[in-house]
Amino acid sequence: MSDTLRPRSLDELRDTVAAAAADAATLEVMGSGSKRGFGRPVQAARVLDLSGLTGVRSYEPAELVLTAAAGTPLAEIEALLAEKGQMLGFEPPHLGALYGTADAGTLGGAIASNLAGPRRIKLGAARDHFLGAVSVSGRGEIFKSGGKVVKNVTGYDLCKLLAGSFGTLAALEEVTVKVLPAPAKQRTALLFGLEPAEAVSVMAQALNSPHEVSGAAYLPPAAAVRSSVDYIRRAGTSVVALRLEGTPRSSETRCKALCGQLSHLAAVEELHTMNSTKLWREIRDVAPLLPDASKAIWRVSVPPSAGAAVVAAVPAGFILDWGGGLIWLATDPAGDAGAAAIRASIRAAGGGHATLVRAPLPLRAAIPVFEPPEAALAALSARVKEQFDPRRILNPGRMYAGS
Amino acid sequence: MLTMPAPDESVLARRAEIVAALRAIVPGEGVIDAEEERRAYECDGLSAYRQLPMVVVLPSTVEQVSAVLRYCHRQKIRVVPRGAGTGLSGGALPLADGVLLGMGKFNRILEVDYANRCVVTQPGVTNLGITNAVSADGFYYAPDPSSQIACSIGGNIAENSGGVHCLKYGLTTNNVLGVQLVLIDGTVIRLGGKHLDAGGYDMLGVITGSEGLLGVVTEVTVRILRKPATARALLLGFPTLEAGGDCVAAIIAAGIIPGGMEMMDKPAIHAAEAFVHADYPLDVESLLIVELDGPAIEVDELIAAVKEIATQCGAVYSRLSNSEEERARFWAGRKAAFPAVGRISPDYMCMDGTIPRKQLPFVLGRIGELATKHKLRVANVFHAGDGNLHPLILFDANKPEELAAAEAFGADILRLCVEVGGVLTGEHGVGIEKRDLMGAMFSEDDLAQQQRLKCAFDPDGLLNPGKVFPVLHRCAELGRMVVRGGAVPFPNLPRF
Repeated sequence: MSDTLRPRSLDELRDTVAAAAADAATLEVMGSGSKRGFGRPVQAARVLDLSGLTGVRSYEPAELVLTAAAGTPLAEIEALLAEKGQMLGFEPPHLGALYGTADAGTLGGAIASNLAGPRRIKLGAARDHFLGAVSVSGRGEIFKSGGKVVKNVTGYDLCKLLAGSFGTLAALEEVTVKVLPAPAKQRTALLFGLEPAEAVSVMAQALNSPHEVSGAAYLPPAAAVRSSVDYIRRAGTSVVALRLEGTPRSSETRCKALCGQLSHLAAVEELHTMNSTKLWREIRDVAPLLPDASKAIWRVSVPPSAGAAVVAAVPAGFILDWGGGLIWLATDPAGDAGAAAIRASIRAAGGGHATLVRAPLPLRAAIPVFEPPEAALAALSARVKEQFDPRRILNPGRMYAGS
Repeated sequence: MLTMPAPDESVLARRAEIVAALRAIVPGEGVIDAEEERRAYECDGLSAYRQLPMVVVLPSTVEQVSAVLRYCHRQKIRVVPRGAGTGLSGGALPLADGVLLGMGKFNRILEVDYANRCVVTQPGVTNLGITNAVSADGFYYAPDPSSQIACSIGGNIAENSGGVHCLKYGLTTNNVLGVQLVLIDGTVIRLGGKHLDAGGYDMLGVITGSEGLLGVVTEVTVRILRKPATARALLLGFPTLEAGGDCVAAIIAAGIIPGGMEMMDKPAIHAAEAFVHADYPLDVESLLIVELDGPAIEVDELIAAVKEIATQCGAVYSRLSNSEEERARFWAGRKAAFPAVGRISPDYMCMDGTIPRKQLPFVLGRIGELATKHKLRVANVFHAGDGNLHPLILFDANKPEELAAAEAFGADILRLCVEVGGVLTGEHGVGIEKRDLMGAMFSEDDLAQQQRLKCAFDPDGLLNPGKVFPVLHRCAELGRMVVRGGAVPFPNLPRF
């Protein structure tokens, strides 16, 4: 059982990391631990638990900016924003259910894993909403990056590097994010009975229309039947879902126009705000639609037009999001859990990446969990790691073996 | 006075040999040696600072870029990359002992891919050139810096350029999907592509806005968007600057994100009106242009809402564009604000700080006081929606005391921006212009960590030295770990 260190202030965090750096003692950097099963297993001398760094430090809705301690629960942030009619534009997925917990994790964890939900295609990922941070590097030094305003090009954008670095470069202490007004209403246009390739083409038509689609997903029959939304569960076939958000009249009018434009291709139906919200939460969180706990779960990002080809190449349960650009696969955890086939299909698609989001520990230790970068990029990544964490004390091995 | 890294005499002594070696890599007119021809590259958009480069190289293939950089890396020769040379912070200012690497020959669009809503292009293509390539099909590239007719997409990546629409659609960094990048040792890597987000560290994100210090971009993939169905603009006049500032905050607080929201003060309004006759009201203290874009039905609703907010904020003038022509005229004055101010003053200096929106009235008041203190006039235009200020300081460069006063005034404004919680530059970059003010915003440790990133890409500091960072540290010095003496491991920490 490893020792857990739980700093309560920036100075304590700095002292903790500095002392560990002096001893070359490794640390597993963690928020609430909700995504501990995501990534390679970390073997560290101690756990650096950031969940003691909590609280919203400033939030003025008219500024569209929020600053909070990195360990603040995401659910708390989302509730606060909702009170003011605002939201995190990147729609962070609550992946806890994939790992058997109801915990949605911390704000810092959402940033460190750079995950984004269905709205990614319209409003960007966590990295696009991450304005500034105060962190402690693996050198045990406090550094500030970015700022607290939405438009800033002063110095290198180190925030981009911290987003998605899974705590391997620095421990986040404070995070500033851009927030956005939440749309008043939403509707979802449903199209039934399409094959994956047809669905990707329909989603491209919708995304290329002027109707401002903010979600474009495809559920094959096996996923649709698991939805809690009646229209989808009882469809008995595949479903394309296209989300339209805005003022009540706007979302209604655009949804009708889009249905009109696509109704010659398939049977169409509309979901109103309540059912639509429910459906997109299921798509965002994945687990409700791919609930089999025995499966390995992959998250694959490819050019949207390649989505159908990837699911055709890999026998697995799946859902498509981002108009085909994001593929969640549920594979058999035997052998390499489909790694070779998935990564070959990505190369055939002209580029992208696959991440093994959930799998039994031995499997995550045995196969590359993150997309193996080509040699020159791997060397550059190693040099960047060296500059932030020269003694490799932060989350050793979490992203790549031996790093 | 600005100090640049001292020229390396040993490099200057080998100039003829270096020119010959570069000619072997880039044949013909691709290497510019003659002084009168090099003169064309002596400055960028920040023309107060000039320096003749040692030699200019204009490669036309990625292999040539790679070979030039590999040669310079081996020979320890400094390199300054340059796009279209429209930058406003001196990022492409040459070095006396440096190779100026111009990317202008990379001027072709390689692929338009509507199925994946992206364009693959060479970096020398202009920002507007991308939009023009997809416009007939109803698409556009969102970031629209005022210089979009001339600035290159490669330069946009170096500077992370913005524009009037970035409140709603983001900066360059939010609209770039991938690049091909050449490192200083000649290594060619690909970052991103037509898919979203990075599979490892987000190198694409950190390259964007790195001002030519980390690598040279040789190919770019950008996201394109469907043009909004409708765009309409409201022109709103207010009796005070504060009322205009309050209106901006109230619009955002009401949950409305306009496609663009620009503000001008009285001197800027008058200069613009005299220049382009946009039919602006001349008896108001502040003028807002609020553009709403999107589905027609939503735009109509939002226009009504913004009008109502403006009335509550005390607007004394309100006009809605009723045609594309009229909307373009509203913008013509704003987009011509810089040259318009150029007509009423021999010289002007454009600042670029960003502040929290709520500080707008206070900061404008302070800028007025500073103008009095420095005995100079100022005209203010801003991207009000995102708090990005462009105060234009009017002066006469022929009067040495006025140039010095303008520089001091500008520095005071930027320090003020940082004091109220803002930043030194919202979209123009640090370059040489704001380099020596970096300490106002970042601590020594903050800057050291940024420079360590540079060490991972370019440990010898050959790419664009003298820009962005006020003090150049050697990478060996930055790499040293300071172990605090006598530190007790994990003092006073709760343990479980």
